[in-house]
Amino acid sequence: MHPSSFGQMAQTISNERGRGPVSGTAVGKNGKRKPFLIDFYSTAVGKKYVMAITGIVGIGFVVGHMIGNLKAYLGVINHQGGRAYDVDVYGEYLRELLVPILPHGYFLWIMRLGLITAVLLHIHAAYSLTILNRKARPVKYQSARDYQIANFASRTMRYTGIIVVLFLFWHLADLTWGWFNPGFEQGAVYRNLDASLSRVPVALIYIVANIALGIHLFHGVWSLFQSMGWNNPRFNQWRRGLATGIATLIVVGNVSFPIMTLAGVIDYDATAVTQLEELSE
Amino acid sequence: MSHLNNITIKIWRQSGPADSGRFESHLIDEISDEASFLELLDILNETLIESGLEAIAFDHDCREGICGTCSLMIDGRAHGPERGTATCQLHMRKFSSGDTIVVEPWRAKAFPIIKDLMVDRAPLDRIIESGGFITAETGGAPDANLIPIPKPVADASMDAAECIGCGACVAACPNGAANLFTGAKMSHLNLLPQGQAERFKRAEAMVETMDEYFGSCTNHGECEAACPKSISIDVIAMMNADYLKSKFKNRKSLSR
Repeated sequence: MHPSSFGQMAQTISNERGRGPVSGTAVGKNGKRKPFLIDFYSTAVGKKYVMAITGIVGIGFVVGHMIGNLKAYLGVINHQGGRAYDVDVYGEYLRELLVPILPHGYFLWIMRLGLITAVLLHIHAAYSLTILNRKARPVKYQSARDYQIANFASRTMRYTGIIVVLFLFWHLADLTWGWFNPGFEQGAVYRNLDASLSRVPVALIYIVANIALGIHLFHGVWSLFQSMGWNNPRFNQWRRGLATGIATLIVVGNVSFPIMTLAGVIDYDATAVTQLEELSE
Repeated sequence: MSHLNNITIKIWRQSGPADSGRFESHLIDEISDEASFLELLDILNETLIESGLEAIAFDHDCREGICGTCSLMIDGRAHGPERGTATCQLHMRKFSSGDTIVVEPWRAKAFPIIKDLMVDRAPLDRIIESGGFITAETGGAPDANLIPIPKPVADASMDAAECIGCGACVAACPNGAANLFTGAKMSHLNLLPQGQAERFKRAEAMVETMDEYFGSCTNHGECEAACPKSISIDVIAMMNADYLKSKFKNRKSLSR
């Protein structure tokens, strides 16, 4: 029966976005295609690919950043004829990456721009998908839902994501720009770290934010396999374990810094290192 | 055979698409534990009609879990508390005396309520229209097994083909997404040799038609838990993979 013969009962659903006839029918696809990336990104499945790819970039950064930070535990080393904190040397090394090919600091900025792009795309895709999802169920269930599989992590992705973004601004303002860091010294990573995390409220911010990040990763790492279409009986049983492993690694590693600073393991000692003035003498 | 007593049914009543709707409570004094959930509603409707009230409208057809017509949100779960069954295969023995059972229609923008518990699931048909077919020669029926298909492939395709199109995946999804339905319908054909001719046209058309009506997948897995055929969310990953490939193939390299 044609829908219109239902009269009042039938509610035809209008094609609000006007994609035109579907491409698989005999009608064929009308008009010129949009550029590949824009065309792909215009669908929800395409946006999920973007979520997954930018998520992988973010995971790579977070894991690398955490491992780099572990250098804080290596204390003071001999460096260029003086004594310096290993993590400070590492921080300077990041600016020196690819130096004979690129000028000082250029490669770090290329990586930073890549990360900023990834974060912005991740947020934009998440935002537009959330809007789409809200519109897909304008009238909520009037009774309580009884979720079976959806877990705390998957249900709170947008909230843990917002916490991580807010923390990101705090973290940059604290340890990159130095706005909230008492006696901030550019490049003195170990000193700034100790100065910031010795404050109990700040240490708590770092702990809470990294737990939120861990929860975000617990669902994100598992979820990206589905979004990327990586589904294979050979590795499917490892996906949950990988997600738990990465989330645990990040939380344990990153939460250790505020705790170890408060415990006095990370404790800046100005007399242990060769100061710039001494070197120039 | 035993009975359940004092079952309270809190059920959604809505006179039409424009009505705002409300819950209505009915007390069932006694019901056989062998009654199916739909039979409970039949019995309730009989008493409503006898007392001059309007019967509750709900969708049902085969009552053996193969047609995909029944559609009820029972106690916050699509098709009720039993896993891997449709509402018609849910029996009163899964409940206890004195229970309050809340019954709601499926809710999604794509599934407007027609009346009471009946919803219009036409957007699922739109997705099928866009790519849920293969090209086959007309004429005499071909011999069976003319096209060799490896057993695991046939099995995977059959698992996806189990989809009865009830829409429980959409109802259960916190985002109102139809990815499990579309993934099942697509994988069912894309896995088989007979489906290869239209494979990438199909992937693109079905995903983009789905996009016009439904939300997006956030990989909660609620659809798999609600599916009366327990179709795995593996089909969603297969759909995503084929959609990306289709975006390349349908442009310039369709022959490669």
